[in-house]
Amino acid sequence: MLDFSLTEEQLSAAAMVKEFVDHEVYPTIKEYDRKHEMNPDVLPRMAELGILGINIPVRYGGQGFDYVTLGLVCEELERCDSTVRVVMSVHMGLNSMGVLQWGTEEQKQRFLTPQAKGEKYAAFGLTEPGAGSDVAAMLSTARRDGDDYIINGEKMWISLATKAHHVLWFAKTDPQAGHKGITAFMVETDMPGVTTGDIHGKLGVRAGSTGWISCQDVRVPAANRIGEEGEGFKIAMSCLDNGRYTVASGATGLIRACLDASLKYSQERQTFGQPIATYQLVQQKLAFMQQWYDTSRLLYLKAGWMKNEGQRNTRETSMAKWYATDHSFQAAHEAIQIHGAYGYSDEYDVERYLRNSRGAIIYEGTSEIHQLMQAGYLLGTRKDKPLRCELPAYDPEFWQNE
Amino acid sequence: MKVVVCTKQTPSTTAVFSVNNGVVSWDDPGGKPNVVNPWDEYAIEEGIRLKENHGAADVIALSIGGEDSKEALKTALAMGCTDAMLVSDDAFAGSDAVGNARVWAAAINQLGDVQIAIFGKLTIDDNMGAAAMLTARKLGWTPLTFVSAIKEVGNGSITVERLLDDGKETVTAPLPVVINVVKEINEPRYPSFMGIRKANRATIPVLTGSDLNVDGATGAAASKVDWSQVFPIPPREGSVEMIAGDSVEEQVEILVDKLFEEKVI
Repeated sequence: MLDFSLTEEQLSAAAMVKEFVDHEVYPTIKEYDRKHEMNPDVLPRMAELGILGINIPVRYGGQGFDYVTLGLVCEELERCDSTVRVVMSVHMGLNSMGVLQWGTEEQKQRFLTPQAKGEKYAAFGLTEPGAGSDVAAMLSTARRDGDDYIINGEKMWISLATKAHHVLWFAKTDPQAGHKGITAFMVETDMPGVTTGDIHGKLGVRAGSTGWISCQDVRVPAANRIGEEGEGFKIAMSCLDNGRYTVASGATGLIRACLDASLKYSQERQTFGQPIATYQLVQQKLAFMQQWYDTSRLLYLKAGWMKNEGQRNTRETSMAKWYATDHSFQAAHEAIQIHGAYGYSDEYDVERYLRNSRGAIIYEGTSEIHQLMQAGYLLGTRKDKPLRCELPAYDPEFWQNE
Repeated sequence: MKVVVCTKQTPSTTAVFSVNNGVVSWDDPGGKPNVVNPWDEYAIEEGIRLKENHGAADVIALSIGGEDSKEALKTALAMGCTDAMLVSDDAFAGSDAVGNARVWAAAINQLGDVQIAIFGKLTIDDNMGAAAMLTARKLGWTPLTFVSAIKEVGNGSITVERLLDDGKETVTAPLPVVINVVKEINEPRYPSFMGIRKANRATIPVLTGSDLNVDGATGAAASKVDWSQVFPIPPREGSVEMIAGDSVEEQVEILVDKLFEEKVI
């Protein structure tokens, strides 16, 4: 059976998020983008409305919706601005879903529940100044000391770095063991020795929070270790399966934003006595944007469906992320072309779309990394092995009961 | 205390209308063609606040219309109304404002022991704004219109602030009452995620004319309003000139000069 329909619940949840961003994010986004600041009201409102826990079971403080709804929500968020989708990528995709997948029951109560309720914000500490795609090159270390670990290191390009209360931090407990020596910890940013700061001068996501986090002799209880020692790399990669899903669905929203803006402008703007939408070369751009939107949406919805079913979706999510982010950049580029000189100015949104789209081609796996992954699957050099803890399939009864 | 919020599914504010051979149709590309009447959102919000702040036990969303009106009722449930009811009967189709008021009144009576019925200021499809007053007349209750705040409810009375053209007035009336509310009364909340789930699982009871004791004639035959000719508004003639300039100030200067030239200012 093949069914492309979405439920009323899924559509209503997406519609509610659309209403929120249209009323509370969009009106000030240009102002905050220009100021390179995050609107201080946005995160608390996302928390209050339950968006920060949309697909976490009600018993852990969430709203009990499925993974497909998470994708639809991210699409609506980034249709308005990438910065609000980025919040979901790190807070939900990279951190909360990691705890849902790998955390003990006690850790779910301690970390996941306040995160899903929006009482605590969450970030993901993998990238370092000298380690991005090459995760095993990380320099962060965690040394066991009795019932604690002593963590040292610095993380860079961390979304919500100065806002988050919990950071899923990856450090080497066995520096000689390469990626097999990496372990995951939940670092609480009020622990002594943790310092944070914002990064300025970014090309895009200027109304978001991106920064660095440093740990100097931070004493973290062993109870904060997520998973087993040496399991950190697998945890990080599984978190990326979820983070990339939110990036893919968000980029799909960005394509839609480009298309909506271009459709409107091309029917209003006249040259040589007629709307530019009557010209075939403009129509071609619109048609391509529609094609990119449809394809991206189908790719991410399939990945979301696989998550619901409890199927491993690393390859499908990677494909969705690669395709949607590459094409959101192309869509923004074409949208600016349709808008002409006005598109080059921040009077219109499309220049912001272009700046915002660029980062997602780099973070959470560059497009080149995703191409290598796809080739690896094709050539048989890459195979997904079963994990000790798989992302739980969506079970409405478990998710929705108190 | 039982509160009824009267709501209607209307075309969205961004819908694009067309008229062909006297038949009106509309669509909202990229959006939903029909939504809960925007003015009713304030009524729904106030009903929910009566539950939260004034101890109303039941806040029932009520609508008259076809099956698609259930969408408006689901929105009301998702926002926080406790129950919903739809009145749907082909015999009511084409009713004028008086006919509709007869149905509203009969449905409110059917619910029993209602103390407050709330309407939005008007519905955006016909823009008449008469429903609250006509329904109050049919029920024999006090109408309180253009309410911008509910100050007090208790001991069999309600005190409200009314927003008038030349100021505000505070009035007290014995319950039951029919009120209509203006947008200054509150800021409507969004549907909650939990509310969305509850609403989508709710079975909304549908009543027909035979379930109600409607006093008076309804339907197109009884309507005093004759839609004998419907035609689109002729498009406005005009042209758009984009004002170019290096700065907003320069653009404004050019605009002001042109407005002077055209003797607009």
